[in-house]
Amino acid sequence: MTTRTVEYDLATGGLDARGRDVRVPLGVRQRGDEDALGGEHMLINLGPQHPATHGVLRLVLELEGETVRRCIPHVGYLHSGFEKLGEYRHYNQIIPLTDRTDYLSPMANNVCLAMAAEKLMGIDVPERCEVLRVIACEMSRIISHLVWLGTTGIDIGAYTPFLWLFQQRERIYDLQESWTGARMTTSLTRVGGLMADIPDGWEDGLGDFCRTFPKVLHEVDTMFTRNAIWCGRNQGVGTISGADAINHSLSGPMLRASGVDYDVRKDRPYLGYETYEFDVPVGEHGDNYDRYLVRLEEMFQSTRILEQALGRLGRLKGAPINVDDPRVILPPKSRAMSDMESMIHHFKQVMEGVRPPVGEAYMGIENPKGELGYYLVSDGTAKPVRWRIRPPSFLNLSALPHMCEGALLSDVIAINASVDIVMGEIDR
Amino acid sequence: MSVPSSSVAALRERFGDAILLHAVLSGDTIVYVRADRAHEILAWLRDEPGQGFNYLTDVTAVEYRDAERPIEVVWQLRSLERKADLRVKAELDKAAPLEVDTVCDLWKGANWLEREVFDMFGVQFRGHPDLRRILMWETYSEGYPLRKDFPLRGHLSRAEQTRQALAANPEAHYSLEELSIAEAFHELPDDVRERLRHGERGKVR
Repeated sequence: MTTRTVEYDLATGGLDARGRDVRVPLGVRQRGDEDALGGEHMLINLGPQHPATHGVLRLVLELEGETVRRCIPHVGYLHSGFEKLGEYRHYNQIIPLTDRTDYLSPMANNVCLAMAAEKLMGIDVPERCEVLRVIACEMSRIISHLVWLGTTGIDIGAYTPFLWLFQQRERIYDLQESWTGARMTTSLTRVGGLMADIPDGWEDGLGDFCRTFPKVLHEVDTMFTRNAIWCGRNQGVGTISGADAINHSLSGPMLRASGVDYDVRKDRPYLGYETYEFDVPVGEHGDNYDRYLVRLEEMFQSTRILEQALGRLGRLKGAPINVDDPRVILPPKSRAMSDMESMIHHFKQVMEGVRPPVGEAYMGIENPKGELGYYLVSDGTAKPVRWRIRPPSFLNLSALPHMCEGALLSDVIAINASVDIVMGEIDR
Repeated sequence: MSVPSSSVAALRERFGDAILLHAVLSGDTIVYVRADRAHEILAWLRDEPGQGFNYLTDVTAVEYRDAERPIEVVWQLRSLERKADLRVKAELDKAAPLEVDTVCDLWKGANWLEREVFDMFGVQFRGHPDLRRILMWETYSEGYPLRKDFPLRGHLSRAEQTRQALAANPEAHYSLEELSIAEAFHELPDDVRERLRHGERGKVR
């Protein structure tokens, strides 16, 4: 392993089993005494109701002493059949379902579904809509990473940063609420546009957030990045190599922490991301600590993107947020009441819903947890034949046994936290 | 937008009539391959230097509302270096057993994805190391939820589902495999072992 940017060198005093003084170097694995217990293994059931499993995840662990020999994850406790339900809903009616999959970043999910349907129909949305969707995606990234960092801190024993971070998260939720009327179930987008434009003065609130939020992040950086316990619990723990990360289909910060420079925003740009200036942090060691560094830096970069998007919003004041296409967007009420053609469009859309042509489309976007993909198959009716969610944290979690086996039981909590799972999305 | 990926020509040259047809929809290239040669073709796409589809984005299946149409198994491939995507599909006739070779040996990420396709559509992946249900529970026996002949609310009434859930014995929560890894199974009393062996919750039909 190469030299770290933040090297930790700390040994704490402690007592061994016989009560003698020993120095216990943090983070150093004792190898070679695996058979100290004569090969007797223990079965531990962790979850599904356990605060450190971040939802209803159940892990069955086979322990040899304190070393994890096997880890069998069980998922599905939160299965709601969203994909099945989507086959019975119009495209715009699916958007509320996407809120409830990855409920820590609802706006980004909304954006992905609208984009998948627009790809299916060959629709390009206006620039103001794109900028607002970028804002929605980056706000989602920040709140999702805030929850991740706060709860991971708690898992490892740091409570204070959790409070600081959730305070910041509330500020974004306030912004989401004043934009969409809902804190969590935003249902922001519609096929071909947005449910609503931002209210007057909303940019000032976001601008204020962008100015003050990095200060809090720097405080958390001070608390965590060089903290001996944080380093000891995270450095060299849960390591996965770049080749293995690709082979396990990991995505997002999990993939980049392993040194694979792949970000959908850079490599398959959507919503005009190629026109924004931002850096993609890439890790080196593929361990918990690098995942932390990657996500921390991503929040700074998201703030950068938000600031640039705010600048563009000023230029696009009053520009349309919806595409001018009667197939997907309702005509204004005044026209629907006076113009025959508009009334027909209004009627057909309300009664039948949006009808894409026969075909299929896969739209992948860089969600906070990784690549979220929606794969829509249409047979020409107003309801999709198949709505497949490619859930990033489902695939990230599937590599958990690979990362856990050989680690200590206490590391399982830290590794599981570093994966950043959300069970609503894994179980769907 | 409607130009197919260069991989199509290469695939046709290499595999001939195993490549059934190709299409470009919404800018994505789709290649239909023969189901019995899908594994070979996917392995070639991964390892051939000019192709390099080293990343398996997704594995899923599609069943159409038209009952005559076969079920499609869909592999979404990506080359991280070339930044190219390819969608490979294989059709499985519903009259025959729904079977296709696993790609777990090529991509470990396929493990859970194939389990989900099995769980939701009943497609068997030959050679999969651990083909169990993943989102539904192991003793679930109402069928495969994402099949079109599966009603939205399930085969059983809500009352019957509730009755079965209440009748389920939480003691039988551990599967045989989990008990055996702890080597605790052999220490259980004979009658408990016998009950667990037959599955405490049993089959509902």
